[in-house]
Amino acid sequence: MPYIGSEDTVRDLRRVLSNPNVQSDQLRYRNTILKVIRAMSQGVDVSGLFSEMVKACATVDIVQKKLVYVFLCSYATLNPELSLLVINTLRKDCQDPNPMVRSLALRNMTNLRLPSLVEYVEQPLTAGLRDRAACVRRVAVLGWAKLHNLQTNSEIDAAVVNELYSLLRDPDPVVMVNCLRALEEILREEGGVAINKPITHHLLNRLKECDIWGQCEVLRILQRYRPQSEDELFNILSLLDVSLISPHPPVMAATLSLFLSLCSGLPAVGLAALERVRGPLLAACGNTSREMQFTALCHIQLLLRSLPGLMGEHYKRFFCGYAEPAYIKQRKIEVLVELVNDDNVAILLDELRGYCTDVNISTAHAAISAIGRIGRSYSDKCLEILTELLGLKQEHITSAVVQTMRDLVWVCPQCSRTVCSAVEGCEAEIQDSQGRHALLWLLGVYGEQVSSVPYTLEVFIDGVRSEASVGVKMELLTATVRLFLCRPAETQDMLGRLLHYCIEEETNMCVSDQALLYYRLLHCGIEETRKVLQCRRSDPSLGVLIGRPAEPINQWSYIFNTLEPLRPGAIETESATIGGSPEHMTFDPKPNNDLSDTLSYSFGKTVRSVTDTALQCTDSSSDALTASVSAPLSLSLSPALSPEEFEDLWLQQQALHVEQGPEKIKAEENYVYMEEHVQCPTIFRCSPQSLQAAMQLVNIQTLAFTPPHTLPWRVYLYTNTQNKHSADTCHGTLILGELLYTGEEIQKKSKDEENVGVEARQDKREEEREEDTAEGRSEKERVKKNTAEKGIKVTLKQQPRDEKALKGFLSVLTTVLHALSSEK
Amino acid sequence: MISQVFILSSQGDHLIYKDFRGEAGSDVVNLFYEKVTALTGDQPPVVMRHKDVHFVHVRQGGLYWVATTTADTSPFTIIEFLNRLTALVKDYCGSLSERSVQMNFALIYELLDEVVDYGYIQTTSSDILKNFIQTEAVSSKPFSLFDLSNVGLFGAETQQSKVAPSSAATRPIQSSRDQGGKSEIFVDVIERMLVVIGSNGVLMKADIEGEIKVKCYMPTCSEMRIGLNEEFSIGKSQLRGYGAAVRVDECSFHQAVRLDEFDSLRILRLCPSQGEQTVMQYQLSDDLPSAPPFRLFPTIERDNGGRLLMYMKLRCDLPPKRSVLDPTRLQSFSSELNLSQELSSPDQSAELQPQSRAVVWKIPRFPGGTQLSALFKLEVPGFSSASMLEVGPVSLSFELPKITATGLQIRFLRLSPFQPGPAQRWVRYVTHSDSYTIRI
Repeated sequence: MPYIGSEDTVRDLRRVLSNPNVQSDQLRYRNTILKVIRAMSQGVDVSGLFSEMVKACATVDIVQKKLVYVFLCSYATLNPELSLLVINTLRKDCQDPNPMVRSLALRNMTNLRLPSLVEYVEQPLTAGLRDRAACVRRVAVLGWAKLHNLQTNSEIDAAVVNELYSLLRDPDPVVMVNCLRALEEILREEGGVAINKPITHHLLNRLKECDIWGQCEVLRILQRYRPQSEDELFNILSLLDVSLISPHPPVMAATLSLFLSLCSGLPAVGLAALERVRGPLLAACGNTSREMQFTALCHIQLLLRSLPGLMGEHYKRFFCGYAEPAYIKQRKIEVLVELVNDDNVAILLDELRGYCTDVNISTAHAAISAIGRIGRSYSDKCLEILTELLGLKQEHITSAVVQTMRDLVWVCPQCSRTVCSAVEGCEAEIQDSQGRHALLWLLGVYGEQVSSVPYTLEVFIDGVRSEASVGVKMELLTATVRLFLCRPAETQDMLGRLLHYCIEEETNMCVSDQALLYYRLLHCGIEETRKVLQCRRSDPSLGVLIGRPAEPINQWSYIFNTLEPLRPGAIETESATIGGSPEHMTFDPKPNNDLSDTLSYSFGKTVRSVTDTALQCTDSSSDALTASVSAPLSLSLSPALSPEEFEDLWLQQQALHVEQGPEKIKAEENYVYMEEHVQCPTIFRCSPQSLQAAMQLVNIQTLAFTPPHTLPWRVYLYTNTQNKHSADTCHGTLILGELLYTGEEIQKKSKDEENVGVEARQDKREEEREEDTAEGRSEKERVKKNTAEKGIKVTLKQQPRDEKALKGFLSVLTTVLHALSSEK
Repeated sequence: MISQVFILSSQGDHLIYKDFRGEAGSDVVNLFYEKVTALTGDQPPVVMRHKDVHFVHVRQGGLYWVATTTADTSPFTIIEFLNRLTALVKDYCGSLSERSVQMNFALIYELLDEVVDYGYIQTTSSDILKNFIQTEAVSSKPFSLFDLSNVGLFGAETQQSKVAPSSAATRPIQSSRDQGGKSEIFVDVIERMLVVIGSNGVLMKADIEGEIKVKCYMPTCSEMRIGLNEEFSIGKSQLRGYGAAVRVDECSFHQAVRLDEFDSLRILRLCPSQGEQTVMQYQLSDDLPSAPPFRLFPTIERDNGGRLLMYMKLRCDLPPKRSVLDPTRLQSFSSELNLSQELSSPDQSAELQPQSRAVVWKIPRFPGGTQLSALFKLEVPGFSSASMLEVGPVSLSFELPKITATGLQIRFLRLSPFQPGPAQRWVRYVTHSDSYTIRI
């Protein structure tokens, strides 16, 4: 920001600088120059003093020289002609007997950043490479990199490059590291400095001489090296072991990064390295610098993705101090959630409860939603705390608790009873729209369990005119209609009023359209409406907190030790099950979602088009998908099936199956059992999220799955079909399915030998199957065994029997699986 | 790789700006300030991004120390560098403040020039840097009569001269050669306590993080030997001697420390370089050798008038005669509005801070083995029994001079070979409360 009167300042300074009396008095001269630099760093434009400053450059006073150079380097690009005058002084200084003067001149010569001066600079730089003093060589080496970046298109002088390579053997470690840096910049187009075996071993042997900055640089560049043999790899690793537990966090992080890139093919060694850095990382978490603590916390979050048990017993180290800034507290809370286990859950929850009343509102919210996430595994204790928090009658706490309860119920429907009794009567405290949104959803879905709901909704409906949030209005509509379905007598009147208001007076399109939709829906009859609004109440497939599968290290190792993990929300976007906040976004049971999946159910005729549009949104593979859904078959997610029901049905049918033998079952009237093989061996690497998303697009609900890359890989899914062929007897069937992929050892040994391993894997699968039959799991048609053996085994159970629908379903499923595996 | 380094005051004034690579313009400075002041509470400030420019900053001495860099740079390195830079500036300028940075900007430019070249960190060792740095530091310390207190009446040696003034270690390292050239060395044992005490008085968590810092003002360095307690042991398995061993869980040393006498005699040998350095860091979790220094006995009830009565009895369990000098602040969170108090001594004070919803009780002096009490009466509108849950926790902040919580002591401090001039050696112990929380 230029100061007012900066012109006066410049004029005054110029007068003083050109005063011969001042010039002869060294101290006064220096002080004036100081004033110039001070003005410069305050943002005053002092470029007009350039010629005076050039004169001031010719002096024996090193302090003055340095000050003038600071000035010249800042303004040289504005005055290329005048800068030529400096070059002479600088070149003369390069001959000075004092190495400090030589290095100073050389450094500033290259810092002027003027392409026109390159020809004058090259000669002193070449001489600088062979200087006796290490400090001059350091500057000269980097000088070549600066020169190269000034004129990137010019030819690289091979002699210089060779000289730089030979300087890797310089006795001074900083010169060596600077050579690496310079070569890395000069040879950027060729992929950087060549890292071959001799250079690698030379660098590793000299690692100890470098200071921590040099070590970090060397370790970073060595990441490109690929050892030729396993022996060499382990030699390198054992050399590096000392720096892995270095007390300096930068060295530790750089070493771990190198470890992970060297051991990318050896996951076990990588995991051992993670164990090894636990101590130094924990120490970094206790660093006096908050910023360093934060960095360490963010990286611990990364490590926990692959080794969830890494910090288990050290959970107390992540307790928040009261004076810590909010961003550290929130990261610590996120880490604490990951560390929950049976032993520490009581202490941890007690600690988190203390944070819920934090003065900082966002910290309090983070703590509350953390308790909610722990509640997925320990619902009783967490609900107790959440209910207690409602008793505080604090506006923001109540709102956060209701949102958390909504998310918890969505994952664990068994909590609904407790939640319903808790949220009763807290509507008065909630002022913000998100909180009311959540409350309305709960009231609508579990309306039959809370006696006072009609009164609560009535209050909302009476105040709908002053309601600002569109989301709340839409949720209110849905909730009221839902309540009407289960308690018509109490709700009829107010529903009428609400619909009237929304259709006649509401200005917002979305709200009035939705109201109209419900209005017409109610005309179609109560049963139709019930079908539409009976939405899914939960999504248990989101999984529990405890025993979540460990990710392979490769999934995050490329962002380790970069700025990426420190960015807000960086960790959460990677995997949706980890984050605290995004679940509000992703898994929020919004009315729109409900609508789309229910629409496809009730408005039978439009089903095809809905599915089609949904599919076209996805990606290139959608064409194939739509083609396959040619049979007039529609799938739907409702009525929803809870995991318990699924398990019951699955096992019950299996039991039947075992008792009576397969032939009989197949013949039975209302039940089909079928096994098929789908050829797509890479599907098991697909992430659960994408699989789930893809399945949901075609209205197949995945209920449970094993994590990717584990074998045997299993997915359980279900769907409902309606066959539109026989429109008059529109009967739906329920299909339960299991996808199984086995082939364990071979896969682990050699990932890249996929094609070679096929036969072997097949044998393996034979064995697996033997076992399976032994336990009576799948004694299915042995006949089919010969036909299709490769890929995924699909086991389907349908009830009631409808072969056509089953075939249709199978073709949809096959297409999805193919599309997913071809994406990989 | 660092593209630019700049230092901003908390008001956003440009104090120092240095561009190493000429990749981004100087307008990013204002951009950074806008971004950092616009952050909301839950956003982590350390790393921010604007297009291709990534800002990494630390806050020290009330200033923003910012580096701009590219995305794939190691955050550990940049943050460690910025911290190291602040330490260097502190060593060379004496203290870290807006004023000292403003007065010594020429020195800081010189430092930056030597420390970083073309965005690559060259060296941060003060041993090497002292050969290059030519500018003298300008000390911002105002003249004070207390500085004269070291000189006894008529030049007589007084008791006071055996105690270094607290400002002794906050002077620039380089000015020593003209200002009488006092060659001094300070060895500080600093411990930070992180304690959580449950509502039933049970110690729920107790961590101690400690470090030994050496601040050296001697122009020529000789070897220094620091002797720790002989019964000092690391880890759980390795116990030495009988009874009261001084134990830590983990321990790490500065790379310049030679440990050849450490295993047998617990002696650290090093050649300290000028300025401040952390010689040893250690930590101890969950196993304090002595009882926690403060115990609180709270009674919270409501009287007939709907007021909340908080009766706090605070006991200091340190050995008698040891006094706690620095103010103890005690906070308890609650949302009350009106406060009246009865404190046990007139020099204490208590106030209600509506912003942080806390009652702050300040105790200027707290001798060991004594007990203080206070009664706070709070008027709470709409008081209900549930609001009792909201009271607490109580947090204490304090400083215990001459005490280490682990019991670590420095047996001796020897400089060898013998120094030509009189070298003064100071050993100081202090324990801070990083976070001392008592649940109610």
